[in-house]
Amino acid sequence: MHTAFILDAAKAIQQSILDNEAALESLDRAIGDGDHYINMKRGAQAIVGMQEELASLNTALALNKIGLKLLSTLGGASGPLLASFFMSMAKQWPAAENANPLSIALAFDAGVQAIMLRGKADLGEKTMLDVLIPVSQQFKQLAEKNQSKAYICSALIESAEQGLINTRDLIATKGRAAGLGERAIGHLDPGAKSCQLMITAVCQLALTP
Amino acid sequence: MKKFINKLDDVLVESLSGFAEAHADIVKLALAPHFLSRKNQALNKVALISGGGSGHEPLHAGYIGYGMLDAACPGHVFTSPTPDQMLAAAQSIATNQGVLFIVKNYAGDVMNFEMAAEMLDVENATIYTSDDCAVVNSTYTEGRRGVAGTVIVEKCVGSLAETGASLAECKALGEKVNERTSSIGIALTSCTVPAAGRPTFSIGEDEIEMGVGIHGEPGRRRVKMQEADAMVKECVEAILADWQQKQLSLTERHETLLLINGFGATPLMELYLIYHSAAKLLKQHGICITRSLVGNYTTALDMAGASVSLCLLDDEIKQHWDSPVHTAALRWGC
Repeated sequence: MHTAFILDAAKAIQQSILDNEAALESLDRAIGDGDHYINMKRGAQAIVGMQEELASLNTALALNKIGLKLLSTLGGASGPLLASFFMSMAKQWPAAENANPLSIALAFDAGVQAIMLRGKADLGEKTMLDVLIPVSQQFKQLAEKNQSKAYICSALIESAEQGLINTRDLIATKGRAAGLGERAIGHLDPGAKSCQLMITAVCQLALTP
Repeated sequence: MKKFINKLDDVLVESLSGFAEAHADIVKLALAPHFLSRKNQALNKVALISGGGSGHEPLHAGYIGYGMLDAACPGHVFTSPTPDQMLAAAQSIATNQGVLFIVKNYAGDVMNFEMAAEMLDVENATIYTSDDCAVVNSTYTEGRRGVAGTVIVEKCVGSLAETGASLAECKALGEKVNERTSSIGIALTSCTVPAAGRPTFSIGEDEIEMGVGIHGEPGRRRVKMQEADAMVKECVEAILADWQQKQLSLTERHETLLLINGFGATPLMELYLIYHSAAKLLKQHGICITRSLVGNYTTALDMAGASVSLCLLDDEIKQHWDSPVHTAALRWGC
């Protein structure tokens, strides 16, 4: 995976967020405070705007720059969480000659671990982690089994979708919906939704020949 | 949506600029990263820096000035500010007495201030305000929300910091005031985030949201509109139940501060009616109010509604509440 792919992924993520404005807005209005779409849109725009700056960097440096940019543009809870994800993933990112599904899965997992630490959250709390943790676990397992890139990407798209659906019946114990108690049941988590969109966008891009 | 807007993207900067121009005798504004600080920076004191999403004006910039904050970092509407803002604010003050961050307890604010604190190379500490007692079942929460009681914390800690008190002393007083303050709010209507262009939540003409947060996020429950006394009664009882749970012991000698805060679209006339109603009830409970504040101090854009905050005073808190303050939104004694 090269920086050129990261740049294309940023554009794909931006498009996916823009295409899903209505879904993100209505979920956040239901159990959040209505700013998630606006923040994600602003963040995606900022990253796509860094194309020139990022193009000359190696992937690890580009990912770290993306993290820092998100930290200063996103705000809200998503800012530090996604920034921690990208900055920690950057630290674990394999050198070009060692890049393979497993080394990338481990870097992805380091990013997910950083979100857990920063947000003091785990699986089952109705947050983005309900998508990210199962995706990360499956990514590692499939990479260890030497599955093909195409197989892994399709499986992760499904896993993200399932993780998102699982948030519907959860009571939120972390995040802005945490004050809602049982009133949050029946609603998908907006942060889980945006993570599912991002993972799907990147995997679909990777599947494109 | 009917709002005074030129371009959506310019709302925040134009509003901050207007604030800085209108109060040029007290504050100055720095942009990109955005922060406001005192025009005449006080030296040799702990620097108090607060911040949070915009839309709660006059919180926090309105409390910059003598006797309260040194700087405030405004985020986008209802969105936490980012660590680069806190760092720039802290560096511009360049205190050698340390930096105390005053942060409302929301996941986003907590994490952004936490990262700023980790990156800052000056001694620092953080107070998290969590006066909202609306959300009762604590197993479902990651801690209570910080709401209008934050103003009382900022006033008292600000006063103590002016005396040259240490970082630890300032933090301790802030935590004490927070512990002794409970708040709960009621929304009659939703608010509209300018960039969203439509109300954050829908609420029937005959409904209220009991325990609403200052971003329009839901609280305890949706109930039918009632007469004011009945709504205020639920607020006062929630606060007293919270005090009991916090084991704040009440004796006849105890004095309290009652803050009736408007959320932005409720007239002062109604806020004073709420004050009258709450004061009557508190008197029935044998609680003596000796300090009061009524007005729009922690708003939620254009939400109609109000919150009730009650702070159990002691000599120290009283002294620091009464001390001179000169900010855009609170001024007395100087």
